[in-house]
Amino acid sequence: MSFKGVLPGDSSCPGCLLPVALNLVVSSIGKKVVSVVPASCTSVIQGYYPKTAFDFPTINVPFASAAPVAAGVSYALEIRGIKDVVVFAWAGDGGTADIGMAALSGAAERNDNILYIMYDNEAYMNTGIQRSGATPYKAWTTTTPIIGKREAKKDVAKIMIAHGAKYVATASVGFHQDFIAKIMKASSISGFRFIQLHLPCPVGWRFDSEKTVEVAKLAVETGAWILYEYQDGKLRLTGPSAQLIEESRRKPLEEYLSLQGRFSHLTKEDIEQIKQLIREQWEWIKKMI
Amino acid sequence: MRREALTGNQAVAMAVMYSDVKFVAAYPITPQTSIVEKISYFVEKGLMKAKFVNVESEHSALAMTYGAALGGVRSFTATSSHGLLYMHEWVHWASRSRVPLVMAVVTRTIGPPWNIWPDHSDYMDQRDAGWIMLFAMDAQEAFDMTVQAFRISEDERVFLPVMVGLEGFIVGGTTMSVALPDEESVKEWVGERRQPFVFDGSANITLGNLASPENTYILHRNIHEDLLRSIEVVKEIEKDYSETFGLPYIGPVETVGEKESSYAVISMGAWSGDLAEAIKQLGRNDVSLYRIRVYRPFPCKELRQALSRKNGIVVFDRSISFGSFGPLYMDVKACLDSEYTNVVNVIGGLGGVDHSLGEYVSVLRKIFGEMDREEKLEKQIWMEVSR
Repeated sequence: MSFKGVLPGDSSCPGCLLPVALNLVVSSIGKKVVSVVPASCTSVIQGYYPKTAFDFPTINVPFASAAPVAAGVSYALEIRGIKDVVVFAWAGDGGTADIGMAALSGAAERNDNILYIMYDNEAYMNTGIQRSGATPYKAWTTTTPIIGKREAKKDVAKIMIAHGAKYVATASVGFHQDFIAKIMKASSISGFRFIQLHLPCPVGWRFDSEKTVEVAKLAVETGAWILYEYQDGKLRLTGPSAQLIEESRRKPLEEYLSLQGRFSHLTKEDIEQIKQLIREQWEWIKKMI
Repeated sequence: MRREALTGNQAVAMAVMYSDVKFVAAYPITPQTSIVEKISYFVEKGLMKAKFVNVESEHSALAMTYGAALGGVRSFTATSSHGLLYMHEWVHWASRSRVPLVMAVVTRTIGPPWNIWPDHSDYMDQRDAGWIMLFAMDAQEAFDMTVQAFRISEDERVFLPVMVGLEGFIVGGTTMSVALPDEESVKEWVGERRQPFVFDGSANITLGNLASPENTYILHRNIHEDLLRSIEVVKEIEKDYSETFGLPYIGPVETVGEKESSYAVISMGAWSGDLAEAIKQLGRNDVSLYRIRVYRPFPCKELRQALSRKNGIVVFDRSISFGSFGPLYMDVKACLDSEYTNVVNVIGGLGGVDHSLGEYVSVLRKIFGEMDREEKLEKQIWMEVSR
């Protein structure tokens, strides 16, 4: 049985690249799949019962459960001797970084045989742009409406590395080849695998819906979002990020921030503080490679 | 059939092994812990060919059990009290997904204050979730009901999860003599795993996506109607089990005493034994005990038959819907025709309070005396306790 992925007619917002990213996942895995989706934009995007826009097996589950349900399916397939299926969780940043963190940590610690993909649109978008742990510093959301988020972005990939996960990668919807390569590599490994996909949200980040790819690319090119993979204790920069260790080679951060309404209230000091946070992230990368 | 000295919890663990369960995910909580300790021992010792996973919470325990059940294997978990409340979201999700699986609930009080002793408050908190809910009163029933639970859950007329309740310590932790059928015949009796759909890559299906209010209404109404009908399946499966293994058939409601008595006492769980003894000591032969063994679906038809022409009914509840009545009382009242006015609710045993035989005798004597004299009755009476 082959799966077509997301069919035309899904109910994502204009300019949302989530269906494109999910299509890449289903088509790049190269085996049969079972997907597990906790409460998130994807719960809505797949469409209305008794129809669905998803041409692949999908189990919808409540918020804090994607990792254990996926692991349960995976254990059942192992018990039944079924080896040609990849079980993957497809969860938002809220369902991963916040309410799903304990369950995710448990799955990582047990090395449950699942591929967990966190699609990171940096807020609770499905409920209408509320702050999540993965919202970046100073970003406007409907629950950080005036001052912006006071804390730095929670770094889930780093937390997964600290768990000793078999494979950890960051990816961007702006760089398909890099994302596909990571999906393919993760699918060829067994055990707990984690990919954090940066997925700009036109509605929530307040940019024009034709600019999603541009915003995604600028996040990487300015160094605000770093592409890497971590395996066997080694971290390796990938895609454009491999050439961006020197700060001077990165595009000015303002090019990325100025496209987004969620950063329109920033002061010069705020921007300096964001730059400092990005520098610290790169310092960590330098230590790891 | 051989006999073994087993606690209620050990009996549940044995039943899980005998029922050919392939997957168990669990998180320890007193007084359930010894079930999953025993199962993990069976698995590590190679006595039970199954996967046992220590998860990081009860929420994940039921979530993972559900995932494995969807993946096509017979699955089980067990919990108590706060663990059960922590997984409550999943209790609903499992039944509304129509996924066959079994969970033992070793009942324990809800805090605060912290208290590990048994009442029925945790179990009763799940009553609206759409599960089939059985309740054992001793280790033998804990074994028999757990085995039957897998057949009931996986019956195509049902396809719903099943919960087996037993009280912590007084059943779960007390050693009793249990008649055990031989393992292979139990495996054969339970049979191959059956389920309505499977997620293994072979079928392209979606479970649980958005639905209209109308479609949701229909799906939920189907659960209710199938649950109501399942009482016949529960009876049929118990009959088949009893005939196969030479054990007595009891049914959803056990009658202790004369069927034609004038007065009825209704209860559920281990303290039914105390009540049967108290009725004997009352010294009157016009009172019978009716013990609820199947709480959901509520055995309305069976109770109405049993209670027909009774002059008075006393319902003992070991939990309270704060601000109202005991849940068992409300179910009984809802089943009865309007001419039944002499129905009294006794609340007791909360927090694990162990009332003495004399206290049961005295409360029954008071209520039946008032009924005999046709006095005005208090609808709700609390058993007295001293600090």
